[in-house]
Amino acid sequence: MTTETLAPPITVTAPKIKSELMQQRVRAARWFLVPMLLALAVVAGWPLLRSIYFSFTDASLNDLYGAEWVGFGNYLRWQTLDSGVVRYRGLLADPAWWNAVWNTLRFAFVSVSFEAVLGMIVALVLNAEFKGRGIVRAAILIPWAIPTIVSAKMWSWMLNDQFGIINDLGMKLGLLSQKVAWTATPETAMTAVLIVDIWKTTPFMALLILAGLQMVPKDIYEAAELDGVHPVKQFFRITLPLVRPALMVAIIFRLLDALRIFDLIYVLTPNSVATKTMSVLARENLFDFDNFAYGSAMSTMLFLIIALMTILYIWLGKVRFDGGDR
Amino acid sequence: MKINKLLVGLLTSVTLVVGSAQAAELSIVSGDTGNGLAFLRSQLDKFEADTGHTVTVVPMPSSTSDQFGQYRLWLAAGNTDIDVYQTDVIWAPQLADQFLDLTEAAKDVVGDHFPSIIESQTVDGKLVALPAFTDAPALFYRTDLLEKYSKPVPTTWAEMEATAKEIMDAERAAGNSEMWGFVFQGNAYEGLTCDALEWVMSNGGGQIIEADGTISINNEQAAAAIDRAAGWIGTISPEGNLAYQEEESRGVWQLGNAVFHRNWPYAYALGNGDDSAVKGKFDVAPLPAGDGEGARSAATLGGWNVAVSKYTPDPEAAIELALFLSSTEVQKERAINQSNLPTIESLYDDADVLAASPFMANWKEIFQNAVPRPSAPTKVKYNEVSSMFWSAVHNTLSGNGTAAENLELLEADLADLKGDAW
Repeated sequence: MTTETLAPPITVTAPKIKSELMQQRVRAARWFLVPMLLALAVVAGWPLLRSIYFSFTDASLNDLYGAEWVGFGNYLRWQTLDSGVVRYRGLLADPAWWNAVWNTLRFAFVSVSFEAVLGMIVALVLNAEFKGRGIVRAAILIPWAIPTIVSAKMWSWMLNDQFGIINDLGMKLGLLSQKVAWTATPETAMTAVLIVDIWKTTPFMALLILAGLQMVPKDIYEAAELDGVHPVKQFFRITLPLVRPALMVAIIFRLLDALRIFDLIYVLTPNSVATKTMSVLARENLFDFDNFAYGSAMSTMLFLIIALMTILYIWLGKVRFDGGDR
Repeated sequence: MKINKLLVGLLTSVTLVVGSAQAAELSIVSGDTGNGLAFLRSQLDKFEADTGHTVTVVPMPSSTSDQFGQYRLWLAAGNTDIDVYQTDVIWAPQLADQFLDLTEAAKDVVGDHFPSIIESQTVDGKLVALPAFTDAPALFYRTDLLEKYSKPVPTTWAEMEATAKEIMDAERAAGNSEMWGFVFQGNAYEGLTCDALEWVMSNGGGQIIEADGTISINNEQAAAAIDRAAGWIGTISPEGNLAYQEEESRGVWQLGNAVFHRNWPYAYALGNGDDSAVKGKFDVAPLPAGDGEGARSAATLGGWNVAVSKYTPDPEAAIELALFLSSTEVQKERAINQSNLPTIESLYDDADVLAASPFMANWKEIFQNAVPRPSAPTKVKYNEVSSMFWSAVHNTLSGNGTAAENLELLEADLADLKGDAW
């Protein structure tokens, strides 16, 4: 309703941007951006372009500079056998790759969903007034503060089938009938990885949501209280819509992180087909095997898939990064 | 802290001044098991005292697959920070271009080592690395338990399985619920390639890829050997064995929770350490044989070497260090403290060595008949070959298809990978 009345002033204010002062500001802003753009180009842009370039060659780690152009051969190539059968080879026809894509997507979806729900609960608790809130807020960040490699190693000992504390507790409390080899059996490997990831990153999610919660004005709740609105309804009608922008941004951070998950899986279940993700597979081909170009093709696809997911998310979720999503 | 920084500062300035004359600052990478790093440090201290060089140890993970990826990356990037690499016996063909030729430097000492080991580290006439110790695995068994149930040391896998099951069941009935029959390296990594190669070879099933490059793995005897191993999981071996590397299996064994254990000789000295529950209660024997045609006891050839990076700023000092680490003196210390097998023939008759590790008297023969992994015929493709092999075996062990099915797929994959030639 207000947009109509607001529209004319906007067209009026537009020429104002061309004022001397504004122009000066824009120029200054551009200069301030230059160092960051340069740094990004050097540490992110150049390596990215190199990877993409290598994915179209037959490069090997022993001979990076003698690489020859092979076009899309690393992605898809085919040959027709004498019998007329067409054999497809390359990344797009590689079952190991699609298994890794599926593992990654499954991991990202499940872990981020759990983290969002748990993070919201933790944030709501931390948002309430209670004694020692400061200490609890600091304490809950500990899992996030521990380096992933350290926490992964710690968990791999805790999940160990013979001397791990998880099995020991489970047996003593009667939750488990026999010791479970969490990281060894294909059925439980993904669950184990998910448990550790959720444990580790829920605090991050909670922190971002908490920041959003604290921006919600208190008087809205007072008004709702006076009108006798049920707390559950308050949550869905007031809290959730108001923290949505913060939540959406938190989820996208986590989604990007989860799609390129590497360290946790590399330490916990490095070679299990049930948990091998795109990053793990790409590293294996890049460095362990003599397939630098093929690994580069995987990295490029990984980049494209993450970009696609992000665009889809922003588009479908109508995310706006200026916080004006209300 | 401050004193440390001062010291470092002083040392750097001293080396900067004197550096050009003599003392060099070297770095060596080593991924080791047990207390291997502490041992290496103690030897390096001697080296430092003798030569005036300083040596920094850069520790790496103990999994050889993990180390390899990192080293390959560093070497491809021409990293000058690391001067000396500790290398696995299988790496020589893959990394030969990146290491210095040690033929000239080692010409006086190569004659002391076993020729087959020197040969394994020679690629196209270039001596890529000097041997530090060799490795051939053993069947560790509990002397007290075998005595208690009056069982002989098993010589075939079937016998091992039966004995393990019987003792495990009896011990569990007696209240020792943690007891298992056999632990080995079942994680999907290079170690499983070693273990499975032994099962296959000992059953007369060939060595995956023969020396002339033919792919031989898809045969009945190989499938039978792997199927037998799959039958151990959940019966005589814990399910978690599917995730064990050397150190995890040693953990179970050294807590006294296994009757049999397959591992490298390094576990011998550690098992007799003061904190070990099996101290004085175990001995080692050659690995059991299979029962097919051509069955024999087979041990995978392991072993570690020292190589000098092509990119080291100080090749002279680095070669000096490599020579030192492969010397008779250090190998003898290694044999006594770490129960690592020497590569120098004369040490097998050394009284001090035999007193510390009596089993070594028999081991000379075992490792001389050891089976090499197919790293020589498959050249730069070895890692991928090994990965395909251990995946096929791991799938079978975790109940994902039978050995026959998985080996058929493996054969097709290997043929694809091979193309016209390795």
